Amino acid sequence: MALTTSMGEGVPRTKGPLRRAFGRFIANRAARAGLVILIPILLAVSTYHLWWPIGPNAIDLRAMNKGPSTAHWLGSDGVGRDVMARVLQGGRISLIVAVGSVAISTVIGFLVGAIASFGGRVVDSTVMRLVDLAMTSPPVIFLLVLASIAGTGIMPTILVISLLSWPVLSRMVRARLMELRERDFVVAARGMGARMPHLLLRHGLPNSIDILVVYATLQIANAILLEAGLSFLGLGIPPPEASWGNMLNLARSTIVLEQYPWQWMFPGAALVLTVLAINFIGDGLRDAFDPRSDLN
Amino acid sequence: MVLALSVLIFLLLRLAPGDPIDAYINPSVPLSPQDLEALRLRLSLDQPLPIQYLGWLRAALSGDFGYSIQRSGVAVLPLVLGRVGPTVLLMGTGLAIAIVVGIAGGIVSAVRRNAGPDISLSVLSFVGISSPAFLTALLGLYFFSVLLRWAPSGGMQTPGTPFSVFDVLTHLILPACLLSIGHAAMIMRYMRSSLLEVLGQDYVRTARAKGVREFWVIMKHATRNALLPVITLIGSTIGIAVGGAIFLESVFNWPGMGLLLVNAVGTRDYPVIMGATLVVGACVILVNLLTDIAYAFVDPRVRVS
Repeated sequence: MALTTSMGEGVPRTKGPLRRAFGRFIANRAARAGLVILIPILLAVSTYHLWWPIGPNAIDLRAMNKGPSTAHWLGSDGVGRDVMARVLQGGRISLIVAVGSVAISTVIGFLVGAIASFGGRVVDSTVMRLVDLAMTSPPVIFLLVLASIAGTGIMPTILVISLLSWPVLSRMVRARLMELRERDFVVAARGMGARMPHLLLRHGLPNSIDILVVYATLQIANAILLEAGLSFLGLGIPPPEASWGNMLNLARSTIVLEQYPWQWMFPGAALVLTVLAINFIGDGLRDAFDPRSDLN
Repeated sequence: MVLALSVLIFLLLRLAPGDPIDAYINPSVPLSPQDLEALRLRLSLDQPLPIQYLGWLRAALSGDFGYSIQRSGVAVLPLVLGRVGPTVLLMGTGLAIAIVVGIAGGIVSAVRRNAGPDISLSVLSFVGISSPAFLTALLGLYFFSVLLRWAPSGGMQTPGTPFSVFDVLTHLILPACLLSIGHAAMIMRYMRSSLLEVLGQDYVRTARAKGVREFWVIMKHATRNALLPVITLIGSTIGIAVGGAIFLESVFNWPGMGLLLVNAVGTRDYPVIMGATLVVGACVILVNLLTDIAYAFVDPRVRVS
């Protein structure tokens, strides 16, 4: 999506709003900390098969329920699988699910918000009723109901999470576009006969890109938590596939919880660290995009 | 709102696999095909969807949510209603702790802005928001029940002993505290930013200028106004609290709505899922209404408009 606008010749280039936002983002200490935590995690999770010798489903019968050692840095689980490899593979799955569901819900959220704001009063009120309904109902309950219908696996989990999370975004997008609709340049574009796709993609999208970026970032953290929660209850990613949630599910057995803490503490720690880092980054982005944040 | 929710749940119920009539058959009573046909007629399952919905609604309003598939012969409604009490107890205690801790922390953090207490509280609240309820539940269980043996590890009462308030309290305190963590963190962050905004306003300066003690300026003048957005937040987090309660109940084996729902989802017991969802949904909508009323109570300006 081209966001840059071509500038006339001879006009001195000033810093665009995106550049300034980026500067503010980098100046934010918490956001930098988030990046410092997140980038190594991303690297490790995406490349671990190149440098870690043990596969996530390889079984070492001599090491069942063994604590951390030189061969298995983070110990091994009840059937002798390496916890390190499973934490890394679990991170990969969790992130795939999170990114996939956020991509879907961002598209749905933007489109619904855009249609509500540009589609006239009747469309607006029906769509917003629906959004209200989806927002007042307790999210996790809905997640459970949807999950019970959709079944387990990666695709159903992505679908369930994305179906659940778009309403918040569409409300923010609607608010922004309602205001935009009355601006002179949009009125002018309409007067010149611009159609919906042009209005939405050429004017609506660039002017709500900050909302989308902040939403997507924070929602990734949220989706990781939702996926982990679902898998923890046995409704998300089914074992033998590893995910942080279903590794934590092991700790529902008292023996694992009490005797083999490394089997659930490491995935738990990875989960919290990742979500924390993404939240820091998301917060930093929000402050960076909000011009008022210069004031305090 | 409840009606719209019921439409949604009805449609989801139809999406679920299986013949919808199965939900209404008490498995312990044998039915002849004629009876089955009569039941089908009574629930208007031979009619188009909107009329089916009306039939379902009529049955639901008269308290007939059908029978649990998993526990043979148990009607859904009493099963669900029996679980409301423990959940309300757990959530109520948890939220009360969260509100007290969150508001106090928010005030401290706003007054000591950018100083030591503020930074450490902010970091703590970030960690609180980022850790899922089930993970804090596991950690809490591990440290307080397994390592320190301070609290019982689950259930609502010690089995085999007569009911006593003290016994329930000892079982309640750990899950309630753990439930409050995430919410306390959220309320704290909100309270902090809202109080900071209020503290910058003119009337606060006026109060200070006329010689009101700093303590009273903050407690009386500023906090009252800063509480308004926080009340809205608390109302809107009830739904999320229900989610947290589900995880805590399943970790601590707390015999509430969440445990019922999780077990029902695990065994694909659709009548129970739908009944529980409807009851929880209705409760959440009711609480949202109550927060709106509470809002008018705290802010007299709402009543004028």
